[in-house]
Formats: sequence, C-alpha cells, structure tokens
Amino acid sequence: MDDFFTSAFLTGLIAATLRMATPIIFAMLGELISERAGVLNLGIEGTMVMGAMVGFLTTLTTGSLLLGVAAGAGAGMLLSLLMAVLTVYLGLNQHVSGLGITLFATGLAMFLYRLAVGSPIVPPTIDPFTRIEIPVLSSIPLIGPALFRQYGLTYLAFLLVPLVAFFLYRTRAGLVVRTVGENPLAADTVGVDVRLTRTLCLMAGGALMGIGGAFLTLAHQNMFLIDVVGGRGWVALAMVIFGNWHPVKAMIGALLFGLLDGLQLRLQGSDLAIPFDFFLMVPYLMTIIALVLVSRRAQVPAALLKPYRREDRG
Amino acid sequence: MASPPRCELSGISKRFLGVTANDAVDFRVAPGEICALLGENGAGKTTLMNILFGYYRPDEGTIRVDGREHSFAAPRDAIRAGIGMVHQHFTLVPPHTVLENIIIGTREGGRFLLHRAAARKRLAALQERFGLRVDPDRPVAELSVGERQRVEILKALYRDSSVLILDEPTAVLGPQEVEGLFHTLRLLAEEGRSVIFISHKLNEVMEIADRVVVLRGGKVADERRVADTSARELAQLMVGREVLERIERPAVEPGATVLAVENLRLTDRQGVPLLDGVDLHVAAREIVGVAGVAGNGQREFCEVLFGLRVPTAGTVRIGDEAFPLGRPRAAEEAGMARIPEDRMGAGLLVDLTVAENLVLNRYDQAPVGSGILYHHARAEEYARERVEAYGVKTRGVDQVARLLSGGNLQKLILARELDGEPRVVVAAQPTRGLDVGAMEYVHQRILDQKGRGAAVVLVSDDLDEILQLADRIVVFYEGCPIGEMPAAEADREKLGLLMSGVAA
Repeated sequence: MDDFFTSAFLTGLIAATLRMATPIIFAMLGELISERAGVLNLGIEGTMVMGAMVGFLTTLTTGSLLLGVAAGAGAGMLLSLLMAVLTVYLGLNQHVSGLGITLFATGLAMFLYRLAVGSPIVPPTIDPFTRIEIPVLSSIPLIGPALFRQYGLTYLAFLLVPLVAFFLYRTRAGLVVRTVGENPLAADTVGVDVRLTRTLCLMAGGALMGIGGAFLTLAHQNMFLIDVVGGRGWVALAMVIFGNWHPVKAMIGALLFGLLDGLQLRLQGSDLAIPFDFFLMVPYLMTIIALVLVSRRAQVPAALLKPYRREDRG
Repeated sequence: MASPPRCELSGISKRFLGVTANDAVDFRVAPGEICALLGENGAGKTTLMNILFGYYRPDEGTIRVDGREHSFAAPRDAIRAGIGMVHQHFTLVPPHTVLENIIIGTREGGRFLLHRAAARKRLAALQERFGLRVDPDRPVAELSVGERQRVEILKALYRDSSVLILDEPTAVLGPQEVEGLFHTLRLLAEEGRSVIFISHKLNEVMEIADRVVVLRGGKVADERRVADTSARELAQLMVGREVLERIERPAVEPGATVLAVENLRLTDRQGVPLLDGVDLHVAAREIVGVAGVAGNGQREFCEVLFGLRVPTAGTVRIGDEAFPLGRPRAAEEAGMARIPEDRMGAGLLVDLTVAENLVLNRYDQAPVGSGILYHHARAEEYARERVEAYGVKTRGVDQVARLLSGGNLQKLILARELDGEPRVVVAAQPTRGLDVGAMEYVHQRILDQKGRGAAVVLVSDDLDEILQLADRIVVFYEGCPIGEMPAAEADREKLGLLMSGVAA
C-alpha cells in the first residue's frame, strides 16, 4: 500500500472524479432548473435511463455519437413534456407523477431496447467517445492530464454550471424562472405565463437529464444495460438539495460524489478484504450523510410541489 | 362627469360555482380621480377589480379603457392597457430584492440580460417623484409591511399604470403610514392617473376619495360624490339598514389579577428578538386591548400564550398557578379560551365536521370519549346544543366546516372555546374579515365574557375595535409594550404615535 498514493494514482483519481461527476452534473442542472420553476421532477432517473437507451440505439444504427447525444436529449425532452402535461396543466401530484414516469420510462426503455436488438448473448457495443486532449494545458504535471484529457461532454457539463448560474441570476428569463418557483401568483400578476415557463424549464431540464444518461452509454461505457444509470438520477436529485438550489454549490456536491465513486472503483482493485459491494454503497451513504448535514438550512423554492391555477378563489 | 372615463366596466357579472359575486355591475373612473369602492366583505369589490385587472374573466359585461373595448385573458393584457393592482395579500417574492421584484417581467433595456443599473435609476426617479422610500437592494423578506406595500405600488408605477387599484391598502398600516400612502395617492391623481381604492373603512373613504361607489351583495347599491355625503349615509348604503348604535359597555369594576405575564422573551432562529420582555397583567372583568402595527410581536405573544411557542425566558401565571409554557393542552386545562388569528389553520380543522370541530378540546373526556372510544352520537348531541346557542348557520353538525362562511367559522370557535366558563380569554384579530353583523356578534360575546368575570386579552390591528371594547390599551412596538393607557384617555392619534414607536 506504500505506492497507493502515487502521483499516477492522484492523476487517475482526479480524472475519474470529473468523469463520474459528469452525468450527475447534467442531471443535477436539469433537476435544478425544473425545481427553480417549482416542479420537482422525480422522473429524473427514468429520464436518464431513456436518454441512455435512445442515445445508444441512435448511435448504434447511425454510427454518429453526436446524433446519439441529440437523440438522448430529445427523449428526455419528450418525457418531461409528459411530466409538464401531468403536473403543470392537469395539476396532478408531482411526487406520484414523477415516480410514475420513472417506472414507465425504465420499463419502456428496456422494452424498446429488446425490440430493437433482441436478446443476444453478447450485447451490442458502439465505438464510444474518445477523450479530447487540450494542447499545452494537458501537459501541466499532475493535474494537466487529469483535468484536460477528458470527454467533450465532461467539458460541456462543467461549462454549463456557470452558464446556468448566469442564466438564473443575470438574465430576465432567469428572474422569471426564480419568481415562478417562489410565488407564481406574483409572476402571473406581472404578466408572466406561469405554465409556459414551467413547461419550458421542465423540457430544458429533461434534455439535460437525457444527455446525462447518454453520457453513460456513449462515453462512460459502450453498451446499454438496464442498470446503467444505477441511481445516479436520485443522487443528482440529492445534489440539488445539497447545493441549496444553487448550480455551483450543487456541482461541488456532484464532485464529492464523483470523488467517492472514483475512489471506490480503485479500492475495489486493492487487496483489502472487504466485499466490493461495500464500496459501491459508500458514495450513496455519503450522499445521505451530506444531505443530513446540509439540508437543515435549505432554502426550498417556496412554490415547489404546488400546482398553479388562477380561477381558484381566495 | 365632465371628462370621459379612463376606464369603464359595463354590466359585469361573475359567478363562482353558482355563487354570484358580481351582478351586472357598472363602474367607471375618470383621469385624475380617486374613486373608492366601498362595501362589506363579500360584497364583490375584490372580484370586480380582479376582473378589471384581467385575473378573472367576467361571465358577462364589457371592459373599456380609454374608449377602447378590451377582453383581458390574463393580467398581462390589463397591464399593457395601463392597469396596475396592489392586492391585499401582496404578490411579492420574499427572498428576492426589491429591485428584482419590481423589474420582473419588464422588457425595457434589452430582452435578454437584466440591466440592474438602468432599472435602479428609473426606480429612483419614481421613488423621488411619489415619496415612496424603500431600499432597492434589500430582500423583501426584511421589509416591514408598509415598505412592502410601497414596493407593490412602485411595481405598478414602473409599468406605467394609468389606473392604480389598491385593495384594502390601509388594513396593515399604522395611522402615520396611512398618511404617507394618502400623500402618494394624491400625487398620483394630480398627475392625471386614476386611483381605485377598495375599502370598508368609512373615515378613510371620506378623507381620500372624490367619489364613492358602494357595492352590496354583488350589485352597485349607489354612488355619491364625497362632498355630497356623510359617513353615516355611506354606512347605511353599505349594510343596507340602519347601523346599530354603539354596543353598550357594561360598567363593571375589574377584580383581582387573573393573568400575569412577566418578562416574556422570545428570539427567532437567527437570535433576533421577537418578544423583548413583555409584562402584562389582566384582571377579572377587564378587557386589555393589545394594539400595534402588524408584525411587532402581537402574533408571537398570542402563540406563546396558546402554548404554540416556547419562550426563551419569562413566566405566565393564571390565578396563582404558574402556567407550563409550550404545551397547548396546558393552556386549555388552565382555563384559557383561545381564539386564534388564523381561523382556518390554528382555530379549526376545516376538513372535519362541525361536530368534530366542536369537541376538539373534549373528545377524550366524558361523555364524548370513554376509554379508547369516541361516541359520535354524543358528540353530535353536544354539538347541536352549541350550534343552537351560538346561532351557527350550518346544514347540520355533520357538515364539513370548510363549507361555512367566515362569520360562522368564527362562531364555531367561540362556541367551542367559551364553553365551560374560561378564566382567561385570548382573542387574536377576532373580527378580521368578518362582516358587520358577525362583527357585532363577536364583540357582544367578548363583552359577555368580561361581564361574566373572565380576564380578556384582545389583540387587534383594528384600532376602532380596540377603542370600542377595551378598558385598557397596551401598544406593542418591536416586541414589547411601549406604552399603555386607559381606553377613556385614548384616541387614534395618541395610539398612532405609540404604534410608530414614539413613546408618550
């Protein structure tokens, strides 16, 4: 174990941290935008599964990875449009609708996958994304190869974090989204279309969740398995709370999870006499502990979970 | 009417689930005019204005603004036509800053980015012009109610409203703040803007309005120029009958101290004092009125007395016995009748039946409860008796409480709490939102309790109510009594000064 913490190990760990955080960040940003507009999208896990499956099949048939990503985003958008119809327009319970969509999308994804590829003994694979090395920066010792030899989608995820923050806090539309999530009546009385705003936020969020899923089958792995998402949607959901509904803080949570996930992969390979299932569990356990510590001072969007209707009296 | 109307509503009707809120109402307002819309609660004032603001769509009738007919599908259409509305319950976002609350949804200065600097400049000019002082960079959550109202007015003015509707704007303000508001309204009218002022307070209407339209039961009862009418005439138009004379106050001498509150302190999570050393003694056969601008600790004071909050320091005694704090049941057992401000939330379980609500404080005692059993029949028998005694209008004691009107909900609380001769009665905003008839009834019951020998604490934002009922008046300011005086020596002006923190 003396050579455990070598520089190669550290470089590898940092690189793995960013890579494992990537799908969480996409999904977390998607959830965050939805919740900031007042809709809790528990369809997140199923939306990621669907994004992973549709992205994979698209690439498998067309050979284009970018088309795969786009199709994953589109599938996510469609599912969250369904979520919008149920919760925004029909005013149904957000918990039930979201869980329903997750169950529905997970089953449907598996069904469609079987329809398309049957049940071969060896599942089909694609040529996944390769990492993009950024010249000069990637030759910085230790952190260079860790930070600047990553998948394009990983760069995009980290670029999106400040962009979403900028959108929420510096643009007109961002202020509208935040107001809709805090007090839809206030938004309505200054002429904002509350339902349209919520629908658009859900759809943008769904697209991000779909991309997060597609990352798993097009970069992280090169095949679709039913448990490919493995609860990452729920972790992303937890990160939104952990980050107090702020993109940058939630990203820190996602990184923490990525670090633990990267670490557990490495510990599995060590000669410790602990079953590997334990290490698989650790990141999720830490997520719960982090939530307990943080969520006491959580500032939940005030209108989260509340459908908005105008003709109600009083 | 010399000048053509700025906006005109003709034949407006609106029904909700078969209840007629507006019935063929005609209403107009001229440029530069301050028009009061007067009426009891439920007369249809707010509904009518929500129709003008595009929030409700009328079932029948037309809306014209500056001669053009409009069909407003949403507030956004009304805003575009120059209508602005300040709702009674503010539509602000507490965590956002004043500036963010004002510029939300506006487009000038670029479609994409928020131009805070430009907005701030325009806002400052508006504030200067109309005397509406409030810091644009503070979160609304930190503002007083009066300041929040200014934000709402600024929000409308920022959108260039030529018609400003204010729904019960003075309900939450102290007398000095009301003066400030009236000053602003006059400036607006001088500029040629129209102001519609919804109120049920006659004195204010007489002071600020040029013309008064009185609504009763969803219809226009009549209208008057303020110069040609009197408060008395308006009152008759409003209730549709001769107003009863002032309630007779029984002349009784207070007895021994029953309720003794000493050095009560309470801080919020951030350590900000909510109650800052409250001392209050109330004798048998005495009504102590607690006045103050909303948000100065009155609510928290009641919550501590009701056992809903645990104070950080202080004692409460009823009779000679120290009263365990933070235990709602203990308040009940010590003989305290609790009439909470939040009728639908703290006072009643509106989804339960009338009978269940009436036995909330005795469901586990004989004869209603025995062992682990609850006897429906006995509960309903008891309930029928109470409903009868308090004249609660209900189709039956098995009816869900939610279906009762505001006045009947309050009667239900009184029927439950005043049974069993309580030694202390704590009534918080007991007539808020009630119409004149129900208000008189509640007042009479409170006076009955005093006559019977109870010590009564009456917490109210309505100074008229306090002046009418209380024997002694205590004014709360920033979490503690800043002064007190016998009711006989009190008037609105003296109380108003105390309420704004100017000690006598």
